[in-house]
Order: sequence, then C-alpha cells, then structure tokens
Amino acid sequence: MKIHRYLRNVSTLRFYPEKCTGCGRCVEVCPHRLFQIENGRAQLGDRDLCMECGACARNCPFSAIAVRPGVGCAWAIMISELRGGREVASS
Amino acid sequence: MNERNQRPIDISCCFEGCCGSPFSDQPSKTKQKYVSENNWVSTHLKTVVGPVPVVSTRLTWRDKLGMVAVRLGIRRMSYAIRPGLYAVGHPGRNSYIFVSANYKLSFDLLRKHLTGLNAWVLVLDTAGINVWCAAGKGTFGTEEIVRRIRKTQLFRIVPQGTLILPQLSAPGVAAHEVSRLTGFKVVYGPVRAVDIKRFLQNGLKASEEMRRVRFNLVDRLILVPVELVFLLKYLLYATVILLILRALGMNLFHWRTIYPYLGAIVTGSIIVPALLPWIPGRAFSWKGWLLGLIWATGVNISQGLLFSDGVKAAANFLLLPALAAFLAMNFTGSSTYTSLSGVVKEMKIAVPAIILSAVLGIFLSIIG
Ligand code: SF4
Ligand code: SF4
Repeated sequence: MKIHRYLRNVSTLRFYPEKCTGCGRCVEVCPHRLFQIENGRAQLGDRDLCMECGACARNCPFSAIAVRPGVGCAWAIMISELRGGREVASS
Repeated sequence: MNERNQRPIDISCCFEGCCGSPFSDQPSKTKQKYVSENNWVSTHLKTVVGPVPVVSTRLTWRDKLGMVAVRLGIRRMSYAIRPGLYAVGHPGRNSYIFVSANYKLSFDLLRKHLTGLNAWVLVLDTAGINVWCAAGKGTFGTEEIVRRIRKTQLFRIVPQGTLILPQLSAPGVAAHEVSRLTGFKVVYGPVRAVDIKRFLQNGLKASEEMRRVRFNLVDRLILVPVELVFLLKYLLYATVILLILRALGMNLFHWRTIYPYLGAIVTGSIIVPALLPWIPGRAFSWKGWLLGLIWATGVNISQGLLFSDGVKAAANFLLLPALAAFLAMNFTGSSTYTSLSGVVKEMKIAVPAIILSAVLGIFLSIIG
C-alpha cells in the first residue's frame, strides 16, 4: 500500500531520548507509526510522516516528546484567520 | 488552542471529512436531544449501582439508514446518544470496558463489532461528535473519562477494570493520568473497530496494521458524497450570482460558459481526492492546480480558443486551475496525514498565488 507523504521538514515534533524509559506508549498511539522501541528506548522514525495530532506527546508519561498539536485543515485555518485568530499561523 | 476544533476524519467511527466547518458546525449550546434507545436497548442488567441498559450488537435497518444519511451529509448533527454506561451480553466484574463517543455512528460501529462478547461500554459526552474530532477538541479527554467513571460509579461494578480506548482518541487522553486518577488500567484498542476481536484474541495487542491510519481509495471515495452535498451549496450561490448578473444584463447562462467551471470544481473536489497519491507533488493545492491546468487546456482546445482568442484562453488558464487548486487545498482537512505546520506552509504560497491568479483571470474575462 502506498504511504501518503505530505510536505518535508515541517513537523514541530521533538523527541528527547534521554528522558525516555521505553514504556512504549508512543508506539501504541501514533497513527503513523513513527516510534519503535529498540534497546529499551523509543526510536523516532521518518518525521515527515507526522501529522502533529499530539497523541504521542500527550501520552508520554515522562515528557520525552513535545509537539505543537493541531489540525492540518486549510479551511479551519482560513476561518480562524478571518476571525482574527492569528495564533494558528504564527510560526 | 481553539484551533483544535477541526480535525480530519475518524476512521474508527466514520468518514466525515473535516471535523468542523465546512461540513459541520458546532452543535448548538441548547440542550442536546438524544436518539431514542428503544431501537437498540431491549433489556437491562441488574448491577450494584442499578439497572444498566443492554445494547444489541445487531444494527437494524434504521441504524443503517442513519449511517447512510450521515455519510451523505444530510444528517450530521443531532445524532447523539445518551452518555453513560451500557452493557453488551452479560458482563461482570472482570469484563473489559470499551469507551466510546456519544456520536451514534461511533457507537454503532463499536457495538456491531462486539457481537458475542460480554463487555461494558462507557459512552462519554462528546456533544455528539465522533472520537477523532472530539479528541482534538478535548471533549473526548482525560477529564470527561474520569468524570463519567465517577458519575456511573463504574469502579463499584468493575473494581479492577481495564478501559479499552479507541486509538484515535489518544490526542485527547493522557492514559497514564486516567490510570492515576481512576485506578483503571488503560489500553488503546485498534484504529478500526473491525479489528477489535483480533485485538482481544491477541491478548490486547494490536498489530502494526491495526494501529496505522490509512487513506486508501475507498476511504477517499467515501468522502465524495459529503463533498458533493457541500458543493451543491456553492452551486446554489453561483446560480444566484448568475441570476443577478442576468438581471443586470449579463447573460452567462450558457453551457459553454458554465461547464468549464463545473469541470474545475469536479477536478478540485472529486478527481484530486480520488487520484491523490498518483498526482505528482505533495501540496494539495499544487495537485489541484496541475489537474486544473490540464482541464483548462482541454477547455481551451475544445472551444477553439487557443489560437483564436488569446485573452479568453488566458483567462481560462488563470481561473480554472486556481479554482481547482483552492478546492483541492480544502481537502487537506479531510485527509488523514496533513499536519497543521504543513498546511500553514502550503497556504503561505498557495493562497496569494490563487488570489492573484483569480483576480487576473477575472480582469481578463471582463475585458475579453
Ligand atoms: S511514551 Fe515516552 S517514555 Fe514511553 S517509550 Fe515513548 S517516548 Fe519513551
Ligand atoms: S504527533 Fe501524532 S503523528 Fe506525530 S508522531 Fe506524535 S502521534 Fe505520531
């Protein structure tokens, strides 16, 4: 099956391996399979597959992952810009 | 974080396109009406905290009709069920607890795949919104799970319970927090309800495939009816504008002037989604622009404009691809793999380009 790919090098995903205990929660929740456990620690795969859903960061009990969660929906972004909510496109 | 109120589709419960507008708006703040339970609750189970409704795992024609209506975009709101605890079969102190949104479609897909099992189903109050969208809004979240467990006194029925959450609720839930606050074990089930039985047989383990969100041809085509219903609204606006223009003496009601736009609309909102992975490039607007360009070329050739009327041909080249690009860009919200950062980046280039192209195109068609 073909894996869809969106723009390169855009994800705000950050992984701090030194905090990771290898509990495996991120592996469980990521819908695009970015994490794997190797040698007792999470390994981050192809970041370009990340959709910034935020599931991994929210479920990491040791704050080893950070991401700015959001929705990749052009319509939603336009509406929020029109309503004056600039925070969404600020970075 | 109010931007999080719009999310792409939730494959585990339904195919619905973008979470918020354009396809659906926030449900009204007035008191939520719930779909009658008579259809799918036959008996009640006696428990230490009182009777718990037992739900059927067979969907009736009425349930299916509701599902079709939702997928056609006809009945998107007011499809909520009462939050609370339900039973499937004869669950006991050691049965699993499945957690669901109170969007009937999510709930229906879950119970349909629990046939033959004895389990509890904890329905959260997500304001009638599906799992994925509700997780994004935070209504399918840690707080609501904890609140609902306290309210239903679930801990008295299943003292050492295991909650099975839909994987796609994870953006809204911190599993370790739920465990800490309730004492329940928390595991994430598979993305698609159809895999639940295999998940249970594997000892609460999901395979890679069960955990991966997909977006294959069928997934994308299921979105087409919703897109179409959405488009009808636009076509209505367009007709009104054409009627006004006619009243002002500009009769554009010629098939010849209308079909190029209809084609561009179909290109951007149906053909691009269908052919998505095969169109070169990554940005959705680019994909739409590319196919729009092919369409514009076809229109110019078939109308013989290419060498006879350069201004009109140029107007088509500017307007039609821009329209297709705009509509294709809006499909980002329905896809399952675009990120906020990515779409923001795409829009920074696409939106000014589309506006410029459209303005030039309109200018040319007026002087043409
Ligand atoms: S959830 Fe956090 S601690 Fe657990 S494996 Fe993933 S990164 Fe490591
Ligand atoms: S943000 Fe979502 S898609 Fe990205 S790595 Fe985390 S779980 Fe996976």
